[in-house]
Amino acid sequence: MPDNGLLRSVTVNKKVLLASLLAVFAGSAAAEEIVVYSSRAEQLIKPLFDAYSKETGVAIKVISDKEGPLMERLKAEGSNSPADIFLTVDAGNLWKADDMGLFQPVKSAVLNGNIPANLRDPDNNWFGLSVRARTIFYNKNTVKPAQLASYEDLASPKWKGKLCLRSSKNVYNQSLVATMIADIGPVATERMVKGWVNNLATAPFGNDNAVLEAIAAGQCDVGMANTYYYGRIVAKNPAFPVSPFWANQAGKGTHVNVSGAGVVRYAKNVKGAVKLLEWLSSDKAQNMFADVNFEYPANPKVKADALVASWGNFKHNLINVKVAGSKQAEAVMLMDRVGYK
Amino acid sequence: MPSVFRRWRWPLVALLISLLTLIPLAVIVLSSLTPDPVIWQHLLDYALPELLNNTLWLVLGVAAGVLLLGVPLAWLVAVYDFPGRKHFNWALMLPLAMPAYVMAFTQVGLFDFSGPVQTLLRAHFDNTRWFPPIRSTGGLVLVMSLAFYPYVYLLARNAFSTMGRRALEVGQTLGLSRSAGFWHIALPMARPWIMGGLILALMETLADFGTVSIFNFDAFTTAIYKAWFSLFSLDTAKQLASLLVALIFVMVVLEQYARGRRAYVQAGRAAPLPRLRLAGVRAWLASGYALLVLALAFVLPFGQLLVWSWGALEQEWNEALFGYALRSVTLSMMAALMIVSIALLLSYARRRDGGALVRLLARVATLGYAVPGTVLAVGIFVPIAWLDNVLIEQFFAGQDVTAVLKGTLAVMLLAYVSRFLAVGYSAVDAAMNRITRSQEEAARNLGYSGFALLRHVHLPLLQGGLLTGVLMVFVDVMKEMPITMMTRPFGWDTLAVRIYGLTSEGVFDQAALPAVVLVLVGLIPTLLLSRQKDVA
Repeated sequence: MPDNGLLRSVTVNKKVLLASLLAVFAGSAAAEEIVVYSSRAEQLIKPLFDAYSKETGVAIKVISDKEGPLMERLKAEGSNSPADIFLTVDAGNLWKADDMGLFQPVKSAVLNGNIPANLRDPDNNWFGLSVRARTIFYNKNTVKPAQLASYEDLASPKWKGKLCLRSSKNVYNQSLVATMIADIGPVATERMVKGWVNNLATAPFGNDNAVLEAIAAGQCDVGMANTYYYGRIVAKNPAFPVSPFWANQAGKGTHVNVSGAGVVRYAKNVKGAVKLLEWLSSDKAQNMFADVNFEYPANPKVKADALVASWGNFKHNLINVKVAGSKQAEAVMLMDRVGYK
Repeated sequence: MPSVFRRWRWPLVALLISLLTLIPLAVIVLSSLTPDPVIWQHLLDYALPELLNNTLWLVLGVAAGVLLLGVPLAWLVAVYDFPGRKHFNWALMLPLAMPAYVMAFTQVGLFDFSGPVQTLLRAHFDNTRWFPPIRSTGGLVLVMSLAFYPYVYLLARNAFSTMGRRALEVGQTLGLSRSAGFWHIALPMARPWIMGGLILALMETLADFGTVSIFNFDAFTTAIYKAWFSLFSLDTAKQLASLLVALIFVMVVLEQYARGRRAYVQAGRAAPLPRLRLAGVRAWLASGYALLVLALAFVLPFGQLLVWSWGALEQEWNEALFGYALRSVTLSMMAALMIVSIALLLSYARRRDGGALVRLLARVATLGYAVPGTVLAVGIFVPIAWLDNVLIEQFFAGQDVTAVLKGTLAVMLLAYVSRFLAVGYSAVDAAMNRITRSQEEAARNLGYSGFALLRHVHLPLLQGGLLTGVLMVFVDVMKEMPITMMTRPFGWDTLAVRIYGLTSEGVFDQAALPAVVLVLVGLIPTLLLSRQKDVA
């Protein structure tokens, strides 16, 4: 049937024509290149990627956005995603991405050697790359460190009208409460959060900076924040009248969270992605990764920045950071129940 | 065949345009039909009653705020003369260039307990407990009103100054004073413009997330983001967003219905109304009011931004900043021209057809403005990614291709259309209302029809509305974040993207410099427009 053949060849030609037209737009990653979807603020990650590119000649493309949209993006793109690595902050987000099936497991002796077990996924789907401690801060002029003890203690009536908190909508507070649920159970946690709410000096703030500023201005005496927010302030203003206090040292230790990353399930450049993750966990990169934002290195062999080290050593809560994700919804509902805005 | 086409030409145009919004809306509404009982029960018990109450007060408050700021200022500037009028005329548009969340973090930074104002006061008084708290419903309403009143101001000013002198002259011959003329003639005649501006302001209020989260205020969007980010249920988030869109749709339709079939044409050619010179106390009151609004809505927050930028100048001032600015301007300009052209086409379709179907489609096409940005971004991205997957499977199977349409400028611009059509449309459509049927008929008798009619009759008469539309869309696109972040091609980081990166880490002082640049760049069209048209 010559007609049919002709017809078929015309159709095929049409297809080829359309394909070549589309090819003008079609994007494909160069073989060596690594594509990273990142919700860690660009200014805190770009310097590292630049250093890696300089060292290895491998180009890194970054798309930054909030974690929620990035995860939906990965899901929608499916097997045609250009992303090789998904990098984000907060273990809850890493857990969620894993839960959505966006990662693939990575077998790497280097990563397992560099990153402690509590800071990575038990199935090796993601790895913490920097540690962020969330602890108590107090006004040096009105509070003696001996008066402080633990997160639970901030619920005690002695702090009535003296506590400042960031909003419960913030993921760092959600992770802290989720970890407490795992540590001391939901009932005791709910009592604690209720106590916090009763002690509030003012409505919860929109960010950690505002909490620290309010403590400094005397609006309240104590509060909680991630240490790197404090680090940024004291780096500019050494006279800032606020100090950190390591919470729960007599108990399980201070709550720590991570920023971290995993290799995307449909990564086109798996080998390159793993190499980059390994490099990010190495001594040299770990220094930069943590120091650029006054965080703690995830690799225990690496020393923290001098300013960060000046706040002293402390006992970390060694529970796997994954609970921040698995118990997050429970934590949020708990906070809603006791009226923590 | 041609007659069928003729009959369905305008509905077809309207349908094609509204598809840009309908598809993302459908993705949001249809993909989430089954509610999650646990999460919904929790929201019903602990969140929804309060946030509906909050949202109601927020909407009422901002509505009152933008009307009280926008309408009197527009009236003053349009029909009176008072010291500084010429400068207020354009300067009162300036807050449009400042993103609401930037306004929010500067105002909170200034007026909160630890801010400079209260710190200074504490140096002179025992305490500042008497100081009204900025982080409150009242504070939020004030800040949002200051941020959004320019929509009402711009459109109302346009209405007052194109109303033509005749209507007011008739009033005067009937013995109405100019202020009585305002209540009985000008205000009713300017209604579509004022309502257009008000609806834009309220849509922004309802879709806003950045500002309410700086105030830690529980609004409708807060629940949407809580369901998505905190309770990990995007479906619940979409259901809440669908509810929000339905609410706004009802609001818009009710307004349309209440307006009925009245026409708002211009009586005679727009002869500039001679401005009445205010004297003495009244003149100073007028200047004082304009100055107060300008100071609170622009001078103060912009001053704070400048102070912060100065501190972070060394860190943030680099070549990259020029790149962000250039891309912001390029994108906003392209988007503004495209959106206003499409708005014109849609408005013309409504004008030519006038049937219920076209009116409905026009309403639907402009709903994207009321959807919280991040949710709309997902609604836009999902169908694009799907189409890409199909195209890749068809034409590039086995090849190293990961994107065909996504990550192209074309897709990004179409995404902007679905978000900002409302802004362009309200400006263009309000102006379209001014054109009389007799003007069209006269032209038709001269042999013009279809697009020639649009070109030779409507376009010249619509100039003011088109320019207003371009300006409003331009600054809105500059400020937009979620859709830009989701659809931008590699390397297309804009000022708004940069500001997001910095504010997400709470370093507002570093975000100040890109914010200042964003405001300054946003000023360019504002100034051009005011020069072009110091309308009567």
